[in-house]
Amino acid sequence: MSAKRNSRARNGKTDSPEREKRGAAAALAAVADWIDERVGTRRLFASTAGHTVPASAGSWFYVFGSATLVCFVIQVLTGICLALVYQPSAAEAWASLQYLNHEQPLGWYLRAVHGWSSNFMVAMMAIHMAQVFLFGAYKYPRELTWISGIVLLAGTLGMAFTGQILRFDQDAYWGLGIGAAVMGRTPVIGDPLVHLLLGGPIIAGETLSRFFTLHVFVIPGLILAIVSLHLRLVLNVGINEYPEPGKPVRRETYREEYEQLLEETGVPFYPKAIDKDLTFAGLLLFAILGCAAFFGPFGPTGPPDPTLIDTAPRPDFFFLWLFAALALLPPYTETFLLLTAPVVGLGLLVALPFISGTGEKSARARPLAVIGVVMIAVTLASLTSLGVRSPWSPVMDAWSGAPTPVEYVQGRSPLELQGALVVQAKQCRNCHALGGVGGQRGPALDGVAERLTRDQIIRQVLQGGGNMPAYGTQLAPAEVTALAAFLETLHAADRPPARDSATAAAGG
Amino acid sequence: MNSSRRSFLFRFGIFLNGVAASLIGIPILGYLLAPVRTRALQAWIPLGDVDDYETGRTALAEYENPFTVPWDGETARIPCWVRREPGDVFSVFAINCTHLGCPVRWFEGSGLFMCPCHGGVYYADGTVASGPPPRPLYRYETEIRDGRLWVRGGRLPTLSESV
Repeated sequence: MSAKRNSRARNGKTDSPEREKRGAAAALAAVADWIDERVGTRRLFASTAGHTVPASAGSWFYVFGSATLVCFVIQVLTGICLALVYQPSAAEAWASLQYLNHEQPLGWYLRAVHGWSSNFMVAMMAIHMAQVFLFGAYKYPRELTWISGIVLLAGTLGMAFTGQILRFDQDAYWGLGIGAAVMGRTPVIGDPLVHLLLGGPIIAGETLSRFFTLHVFVIPGLILAIVSLHLRLVLNVGINEYPEPGKPVRRETYREEYEQLLEETGVPFYPKAIDKDLTFAGLLLFAILGCAAFFGPFGPTGPPDPTLIDTAPRPDFFFLWLFAALALLPPYTETFLLLTAPVVGLGLLVALPFISGTGEKSARARPLAVIGVVMIAVTLASLTSLGVRSPWSPVMDAWSGAPTPVEYVQGRSPLELQGALVVQAKQCRNCHALGGVGGQRGPALDGVAERLTRDQIIRQVLQGGGNMPAYGTQLAPAEVTALAAFLETLHAADRPPARDSATAAAGG
Repeated sequence: MNSSRRSFLFRFGIFLNGVAASLIGIPILGYLLAPVRTRALQAWIPLGDVDDYETGRTALAEYENPFTVPWDGETARIPCWVRREPGDVFSVFAINCTHLGCPVRWFEGSGLFMCPCHGGVYYADGTVASGPPPRPLYRYETEIRDGRLWVRGGRLPTLSESV
């Protein structure tokens, strides 16, 4: 066969185009055969991509694992490209990001794809995790598949955090500060831990270098290795069948039942069950590339100069819930929770397949599992939305940037107007809103006179209380008088100001 | 005979590789843990003339980190708050909130330090006025020599160790 083709080529004879095409295909097939004989590609392909899966696993619910992997591949590709230009040096990283954004042709696009793909990777991973949990996929015999997934969860979040640090801007600098402050709360070994994290006693040149090493070598290497294990486990113990209520997992019979299921309904993953993964991966890629092209890259925000303190550091989207939790937890629980919650949380996730390794798989027969997932989702979503608004943070420029609403100064006496000035000049607005503008750290001052009498207002201002600092040393008596006079005018027209019953009885 | 020689070689091979592994493994460990041993590093840093600071006011000052590498860039510049009280008493506070390390800002009008992250608030003397901070602002050790203000610094303050 091959000799015949060679002789034809030597003779320089040409057949009809149809036959020539067939000849080219045959030549390609021969090359494939040659490689297969040596590498064993076909057998490898049949035992991996072509492995048998239950037909029920060809479901839209089963696409999120491969979707996460697609994001990871995008991250590796774009990450390698970005590393060609990025400078992992504290002195130059920020400038090299500006260069990528504005000078390097298409640098902005690759940065945008890398950033958006990381967001999608965290999202896909979260959905994948919720899905395998709700489908009982962590139960016997897939305990290790689940546990390796937990390691991948930690690795992916590690990539998200270290990646945010490599975007070496103000948020990265103070994000490191937060990381160090958390580490510093560890008893006994807090200080050495801080130094290990930062590569020295302070955030500086060594800090960025070690986060670069983590982000580019250590964690991706770990992820590659664990993804291999994760997939090896999927091949070895099989993909979870679409669970049905009333068919609990029993250690004694499950393997046999699964084998039987494969015999009855098994199809090769490629080409019979891959169609939905493929379609979803395509849609996902369009979503990532579309977001990247439309919204562009993330940051960098201001340069990582710690002396530029007019900044309000915020973590990336997927850590906002944690940022919010740290503002809302009772302070006395913080150190304890910061140090134990991650350990306990990860420990519980790892222990899950051993706590409930058998029994019902279907979410329809596991109401607690459903409630648990919904509760976690609602908690994370509410904390994230609070993190976006961060009502606990003073609005630093409200005192100078938010004018007193006109209706609050109209028809006021000179003393009351002086009080309105005190409200602005003493930066009350940073924490107290007026007319809907200002901080939300304390209660809004519109209608404060309906809640507090004059004496109560003065006491609260001078002595503080609750969240409010005491201003006794900061205000002159005349200022206090003016302030109280102004605040007393803040009540709705149809609601009288609060009055002290004793004063009222005395006719005051 | 042959098989016993082979088993000796096998053990000898493991031994050789074990020694080699520790010869590289221990230095790697020492290299990785090197940052831990720099804990004692602290130095006296000049913050300018005493008279640069007005009595009764709090001002932002900055200094160069005493221990730098050439690629530190802007991160070598460290800010701090300097308060001068009557009688040349100086309080120098670290910029970092004691809650989670964010940069606190001074507000002259209200006489408060406010943190932009989680709403920590401190009085002019660094004590906690409101919010989640677990302790007062970190204070630098200060000294006045020949009319110049000096502070001792060089590390990021955390709850484990102040500046």
